Amino acid sequence: MLQIKNLQASVNGEPILKGVDLEVKAGEIHAIMGPNGSGKSTLASVLAGNELYEVTGGEAWFEGKNLLEMPPEIRAREGLFMAFQYPVEIPGVSNINFLKTALAEIRAHRGLPPLSAKEFMQRLKEKQELVEFNASLVNRSLNEGFSGGEKKRNEILQLAMLEPKLAILDETDSGLDIDALRIVANGVNKLRAKDNAFIIITHYQRLLQYIIPDYVHVLYDGRIIKSGTKELAYELEEKGYDWIKESLQASFS
Amino acid sequence: MPTTDQDILQKYSDQEYEFGFETRVEMEILPPGLNEETIRFISAKKEEPEWLLQWRLKGLEHFRRLSQEMPEWQNFKLPYIDFQAISYYAAPKKRKLNSLDEVDPEILATFEKLGIPLEEQKVLAGVAVDAVMDSVSVATTFQEKLKEKGVIFCSMGEAVKHYPDLVKKYLGTVVPYSDNVFAALNAAVFSDGSFCYVPKGVRCPMELSTYFRINAANTGQFERTLIIADEGAYVSYLEGCTAPKRDENQLHAAVVELIALDHAEIKYSTVQNWFPGDKNGNGGVFNFVTKRGICKGPYAKISWTQVETGSAITWKYPSVILQGDHSVGEFYSVAMTRNRQIADTGTKMIHLGKHTRSRIISKGISAGYSQNSYRGQVRVGPRADFARNFTQCDSLLLGDKCGAHTFPYIDCQNPTAILEHEATTSKIAEDQIFYLNQRGLDTEKAVALIVNGYAREVLNNLPMEFAVEAQKLLAISLDGSVG
Ligand SMILES: Nc1ncnc2c1ncn2[C@@H]1O[C@H](COP(=O)(O)OP(=O)(O)O)[C@@H](O)[C@H]1O
Ligand SMILES: [Mg+2]
Repeated sequence: MLQIKNLQASVNGEPILKGVDLEVKAGEIHAIMGPNGSGKSTLASVLAGNELYEVTGGEAWFEGKNLLEMPPEIRAREGLFMAFQYPVEIPGVSNINFLKTALAEIRAHRGLPPLSAKEFMQRLKEKQELVEFNASLVNRSLNEGFSGGEKKRNEILQLAMLEPKLAILDETDSGLDIDALRIVANGVNKLRAKDNAFIIITHYQRLLQYIIPDYVHVLYDGRIIKSGTKELAYELEEKGYDWIKESLQASFS
Repeated sequence: MPTTDQDILQKYSDQEYEFGFETRVEMEILPPGLNEETIRFISAKKEEPEWLLQWRLKGLEHFRRLSQEMPEWQNFKLPYIDFQAISYYAAPKKRKLNSLDEVDPEILATFEKLGIPLEEQKVLAGVAVDAVMDSVSVATTFQEKLKEKGVIFCSMGEAVKHYPDLVKKYLGTVVPYSDNVFAALNAAVFSDGSFCYVPKGVRCPMELSTYFRINAANTGQFERTLIIADEGAYVSYLEGCTAPKRDENQLHAAVVELIALDHAEIKYSTVQNWFPGDKNGNGGVFNFVTKRGICKGPYAKISWTQVETGSAITWKYPSVILQGDHSVGEFYSVAMTRNRQIADTGTKMIHLGKHTRSRIISKGISAGYSQNSYRGQVRVGPRADFARNFTQCDSLLLGDKCGAHTFPYIDCQNPTAILEHEATTSKIAEDQIFYLNQRGLDTEKAVALIVNGYAREVLNNLPMEFAVEAQKLLAISLDGSVG
């Protein structure tokens, strides 16, 4: 589904990603962990096509297509979804209207007509229940005045509605209380399927108690320095990121 | 190099006018020039009574005086207007039509192009259409149904003929001919326009709408509209317009007067899309309009809603005089400017009665090299105990070469009044656009969605069918050239 080869990117001329390699197959869940500032959000943003970040080298292929050549909206329509670490507020734009527009764009890209009003509402209701999203929030303006947790859950509702092939969750767990965390995790678990994949970016191991990843990668200073299975997450939690740094230094000396 | 939002916004801002075409209908045109003879010609053509001729001549007198010193308080330089080079009368030759079949097919085709089907669709939508092509009404529908309720809705010309007492009683009582130079000019030469009277206790059974359209080269458009809601009556009136593309500047100096008696309510909505001129600011309509309403009796209410996207220069301050106790005035406005457009618009709320309330929501959107000013005045007279005003005045900037300005004036002579004012200026953030991109919307759609969201509070005040049209208009004004 996704192949990243030696991906490098910089912001304002400052190199942030220094050669990332990653392969994600359909049906898999990958967790990316790493200390603050290691480049996790940068990786997600580059994959989603944020032009703030300049790709300076490497490749990224999505379903056999060159991801880096596509504008962000085409990546989205091709089935790449990013749940933002900091979802933005768009005043006056109703959540429903926004979802309808987004869904229509994505369907049109696949040669499908927009859902009828009735079909749409039915789907919305279903997905709302799936992610336990407060119905009153759906009628409000997009993220306007939402609490941090409500914004994150709205990201998951959008994920459920748009049914992407690959979803990248950027620290969706941070700022969530334990109940919200469980709801988000349940949502993801219900949405995971043989033909989709998830990249879950997280700072803590907490979320991974609810969503069991197939692989865990550690991103440090713009590189994936260690990959493993879910045990790696426990080890990290126990020993801290310093342990990785030390073992890294050890392996170089 | 990645396209920045700046580039894309630039592209939108440079977009040219979509409705640039002209209907070819034979016109009867008065040669350019303005003098007593002009006025007498117009008045005679329209077979007007003597009092109206005299009233027009007073208008001319005041115009001559007022035009000696053109206004200078506005936030732009008024272009020189040669009033003698304008033709003050034009009428389609073929008139007095009994049915739509007799309407010139070209006129009908024009309305089609504008997406304004005169026939079935409007009828189904329950909208009576008084279509104004230049100066003379060429088609009127739904008269009968309105008549049943006693609602009078006709052209000003017909009103003068059939309801002279009503016209005489109210004409010029809200906007007198001495009000300002353009109002004086209008009084002198007004061509036609709409007249509406809703009798006591009647709720007008449908939205009333008129489509104005400038259509003759070098012919100023001087509409005059008069709407009276008698005690306890309610009427919602929609005015929309779009004009053909043209090289010379066209002067548009309309006057609208609204009169709401005890417990009456008038809702007046406008979508304005006159030709704004090309990218470099050539051509385009000068829209110098005087719109004012009076809440004459207690608990009367007047609400102005406007979506302004057109004209080279817009100068317009729909106002409400709150005379009756507990009367309410509202002003909801979206003014969008791009290229070299200039808008100086806002409102005046004049509180005279006790417990009067007013609410002003103004949303400016500026792009390109345009200048967008909000100018508002809230006046509270000494007897207006417990008057209240809330003003919110927001500006959205698309790009960094445009300007947004606010000029709020407050004149409060009563210590019990409560006046609130909020103002914001913002830009569309790149992360908002990216967020929408990431959900599959291209940048054009993203910007249109954000702008529509920004204008939501105003658009929500439009009647349903108009809101859809206005939303489309905002999008058209924004997009189209990407790709
Ligand atoms: N928009 C930006 N402008 C400047 N520096 C940035 C920007 N985004 C990220 N960075 C820098 O890039 C590095 C990686 O940041 P980020 O990808 O957000 O890390 P993480 O998500 O792992 O905490 C940090 O040093 C951060 O300061
Ligand atoms: Mg981050």
